[in-house]
Amino acid sequence: MSDKVVISMRGIETRFGEKVVHENVDLTVYEGEIFGLLGGSGSGKTTLMREMIMLLKPAAGKVNVLGYDLDNISREDAHILRTKWGVLFQFGALFTSLTVADNIAVWLREYTTISETMIRQIVHTKLEMVGLAPSVGNLYPAELSGGMIKRAGLARALVMDPKLLFLDEPTSGLDPVSAEAFDNLITELRHLLGLTIVMVTHDIDTIFNVVDRMAVLGDRHIVAEGSLKEILKNDHPFIRQFFGGNRAKVRIKAMEMESSS
Amino acid sequence: MDSGTFVHIDVDREHATLKIKGKWRVERLDHIEAEFQRIVPKLKEKKSILFDTSGIEEIDTGAMVFFISIRERLKKTSRVHVIRSTPEFCHMFRLVKRYNRPVPAAKEPSFALLTNFLYSIGEKTFSMLEDFILFLNFLGAATIAFFYSVIHPSNIRFKETSSNIFKAGTTAIPIVALSSFLVGIVIAYQSAVQLEKYGANIFIVDMIGISIPRELAPLITAIIVAGRSGSSYTAQIGVMKITEEIDAMKTMGFEIYRFVVLPRIFAMIVALPLLIFFADMIGIYAGMIIAKAQLGINTTQFLDRLQNAVEVKHYLVGIFKGPFFAFIIAAIGCFRGFQVSGNTESIGRYTTMSVVNAIFLVVAIDALFSVIFTELGI
Repeated sequence: MSDKVVISMRGIETRFGEKVVHENVDLTVYEGEIFGLLGGSGSGKTTLMREMIMLLKPAAGKVNVLGYDLDNISREDAHILRTKWGVLFQFGALFTSLTVADNIAVWLREYTTISETMIRQIVHTKLEMVGLAPSVGNLYPAELSGGMIKRAGLARALVMDPKLLFLDEPTSGLDPVSAEAFDNLITELRHLLGLTIVMVTHDIDTIFNVVDRMAVLGDRHIVAEGSLKEILKNDHPFIRQFFGGNRAKVRIKAMEMESSS
Repeated sequence: MDSGTFVHIDVDREHATLKIKGKWRVERLDHIEAEFQRIVPKLKEKKSILFDTSGIEEIDTGAMVFFISIRERLKKTSRVHVIRSTPEFCHMFRLVKRYNRPVPAAKEPSFALLTNFLYSIGEKTFSMLEDFILFLNFLGAATIAFFYSVIHPSNIRFKETSSNIFKAGTTAIPIVALSSFLVGIVIAYQSAVQLEKYGANIFIVDMIGISIPRELAPLITAIIVAGRSGSSYTAQIGVMKITEEIDAMKTMGFEIYRFVVLPRIFAMIVALPLLIFFADMIGIYAGMIIAKAQLGINTTQFLDRLQNAVEVKHYLVGIFKGPFFAFIIAAIGCFRGFQVSGNTESIGRYTTMSVVNAIFLVVAIDALFSVIFTELGI
């Protein structure tokens, strides 16, 4: 981990009509860490992420990503910035009319004139990297299972070798085995490629296994920000409720036993 | 000696040294490829090739894939060495090497024109036949559901039906009115010029009074409704299929024919004749305006002639066609909707098909009616 700030959000306010979703939200993501955005349903985790990737403009506040101020970013800078990050959407958002291989290659075909053999070689490597067989490249998204869609989406997000990766609920809708495999894949890729990862999640296992630091959203504010240990010390009612379920309790106990032995 | 942005080459008789340098990033890979394209011929028949990687400032996985592939290629003919690599370079090299497998060559597309042509004709024919059988299946199931509804009227979904009447009928009034008005004007204008030559001014009433209610209003209305509502039926049902709403309804015991198909068909059968009647009035009104402006036939004369000379059967024939057109449009709209599967692109494809099929069949049935009515002397 380094002290270099990759994303900073200051005084963010978000409104949908009358409804206030965020009020004075601050958070900071540092280089090389896996940052989790936690919170119950409807707490605006995904909305906050959408504000980081320029899909949504906050009503007030400053967002800075990789040194670019998103509030008054020029068209050219916005394009450059978009090549520096990868985004994996909750349901993959693969283009249904293209095969998996074409989905992964779409950026290369659109913005570069790399030869076709080279593109196929790169696509193959990315497929292998996310643990998909090369033959999957010929399939259409409708023919894939949920786990494969997420992996293919990740391969597409990684094609430009971004240093910053956004994951929206990467393990939701996966069976426990696939979810754990996906968690492992993410940590592995982080080490291999030196990624900074921001993920929206409410999967207890992912939070314990993968996330380095996190921000917990509740009641329009960031209730707490820090490492898991720091968060668990906080006894805000929302955090106690979030980590008070049986599944979390088991994990906390296991963690305590591990650290005491 | 040759120097580019990404590679600098030194050659003597048997050896070559490639100094690779700069930022090797995937978005610049096309330039890197182009530079190598230029220098590769110079590397032929060299015994050993030396890659000096000390100038590399940055390399990502995509560019490394390229480096590895060019290294493999050169290895076939020469001895290749890589020297002065930074730890980052080695790390990236090992990482990519782990996942890099040779790609099997892509199949060359065949250009057998005649076989492809015959093949595609066969394929199209077969899929048309298949579609036809599926459509008959669909009609059969809809008919069964229809008779069931007739026997058990309490099962008819009146609320859905009325809301569909509103969507397919009421909201179509403005566009039907405008189109019909314009068609009335065009017909009246064109005939006015011809009729004036013979002094047969008053016959414009017969012209308008027969052509609009009997043929033009039903056809125009049906085409507009096919474009508006037929397509929306397909798209709605298609999306419901993709989001698994149709499956959810099936598992809850909601028969899709009773809940989705019949309300739409009923609604269309009710709405279309009403729209045709409306289009009749507007079309004739447009004719009346032109008759007055161009030929000096005033409103009283026009209406008098309309009542005496034009038989009511022409109007009835037009209205009679309405339910048939409606049935075709709604049935095809729903049928194509249920054919949607898998991806979002198929919604677009089947919606197009639905509109094209519906308009074609409306015109075909109209021609059929024309022949039948003429033979029957109606």
